[in-house]
Amino acid sequence: MSAVDLATSSVRDLNSALHGLAADSNDTSWTIDNPDGAHAIAVGLDAPLEVTINGHVGYYCAGMNKTANVTVNGHTGWGIAENMMSGTVRVTGNASQAAGATGHGGLLVIEGDAGHRCGISMKGIDIVVKGSIGHFGAFMGQAGNLVVAGDVGENLGDSLYEARIYVRGKVASLGADCVEKDMGPEHRATLKDLLARAGVDADPKDFRRYGSARRLYHFNVDHADAY
Amino acid sequence: MCGIVGLFIKNPELSDSLGDHLTTMLIGMTERGPDSAGIAVYHHERADDTAKLTLFHADTHYRWRELGGDMGEALGVETDVEVKDNHAVVAVFGGDEAGARAWLKATHPEVRVMGYGRTMEVYKDMGKPADVAEKFGVRKMTGTHGIGHTRMATESAVTTEHSHPFTAAADICLVHNGSLASPNRLRKWLERRGMEFETDNDTEVAARYFAFRMGEGATLDEALEAGLKDLDGFYTFCLGTRDGFAVLRDPISCKPAVLAETDDWVAMASEFRSIAHLPGVKNASIWEPAPATLYTWSLEGRA
Repeated sequence: MSAVDLATSSVRDLNSALHGLAADSNDTSWTIDNPDGAHAIAVGLDAPLEVTINGHVGYYCAGMNKTANVTVNGHTGWGIAENMMSGTVRVTGNASQAAGATGHGGLLVIEGDAGHRCGISMKGIDIVVKGSIGHFGAFMGQAGNLVVAGDVGENLGDSLYEARIYVRGKVASLGADCVEKDMGPEHRATLKDLLARAGVDADPKDFRRYGSARRLYHFNVDHADAY
Repeated sequence: MCGIVGLFIKNPELSDSLGDHLTTMLIGMTERGPDSAGIAVYHHERADDTAKLTLFHADTHYRWRELGGDMGEALGVETDVEVKDNHAVVAVFGGDEAGARAWLKATHPEVRVMGYGRTMEVYKDMGKPADVAEKFGVRKMTGTHGIGHTRMATESAVTTEHSHPFTAAADICLVHNGSLASPNRLRKWLERRGMEFETDNDTEVAARYFAFRMGEGATLDEALEAGLKDLDGFYTFCLGTRDGFAVLRDPISCKPAVLAETDDWVAMASEFRSIAHLPGVKNASIWEPAPATLYTWSLEGRA
């Protein structure tokens, strides 16, 4: 078990130490204290580490994460788990905007609320939000699942590709080309699995599914009004 | 880029440390704005019939006491002058603040009015936030609430006058992170309606816009709601008023903002870094304010 106190060491030193671990290192359990809103904590991890951050972090925490499990016991700034590839990132508080942006894989769990543009341009990541999210959720989402147990702001799924969206609460409005779709057994199974892995106690039957109407994949002058 | 901060004290026992905390918050936003910095602090409330003006002249040896004496004589009132580096706070006892400003404009055009009212004082200058705060002794300031700004200039010159906060009206001023899309058009619109401008800065346009709406009879909340329709561009605003403070973001909200609240205080900042060292922050509720939503706190509700 390694402990780093960011009140006395720099984020650069911390990240260098995490990046420098050998692939077969036994030093896999890390605790980070006093993050005090610093940016880019634990970015670019590429090893099966267990990292626990006690406190509130700034921008891009756990960005580009690969195989590591990162837990933030606090609030996160912009772009938590941005471009995550695999592994798990869990936030016990609220997250600011662009949570999980462009993520390719892995699971991002936000136990509080997330701000706007949650899952923007998601490319395969799974995002589960226990609370509510702001506007433009899953904007241009290409793949993966966005699950929201609370409410959703305006323009959900605007210009959506193939990302799937599951919402239990109210949806303020759907964005261009986003429509409600039927919930089949395979969708319920996916949702059940995601809720279980995220530790969210909710019944898949209470959710509605949204996806792309696939009218905006290619520019079509007849649809100009929808762009 | 710019960084903005605001701190509103709910527990009066913390009022003595307002300046200390505000300074730490301001310094926390240095990377977002190293060009210039400024604060508005609400303290030492004057009586109903007493005005307080914060004035600026680049010369640190400017003869402020002479100016105070002349002003008192011309307006037939008592004045009191407190000098802080290149700023001075002039109290005008029993005199109206509009009369004092008119006299200054006519007789001392070289002097800039940074702020006016009964409780608000405004200090701003070029330089790093730590240096600006040191220059004016912000750490030692007491009070109920304050707002601050660190500037990385994008649309107009780096000067003391272009620094924030911008005063909108008596005891109301504004800090801004963002840029307005068509400030010149709105400035012309306001000028046609009698508003006067001191700089070509876009934030001053927003400040004058709110002043204009309130001059028409709008409450602060109504003025801010109207701003959501009339102000085009990116903004996170933090406003200080005589008895409180307000936060407003544009409907897209590209510019950052974080709010934190405990039983003792409410804090707003562009980034959490500026809030991280406030007392009791570990148990604060922390969230990102929603777009196009008005957040206000008032001293009236204070314990």
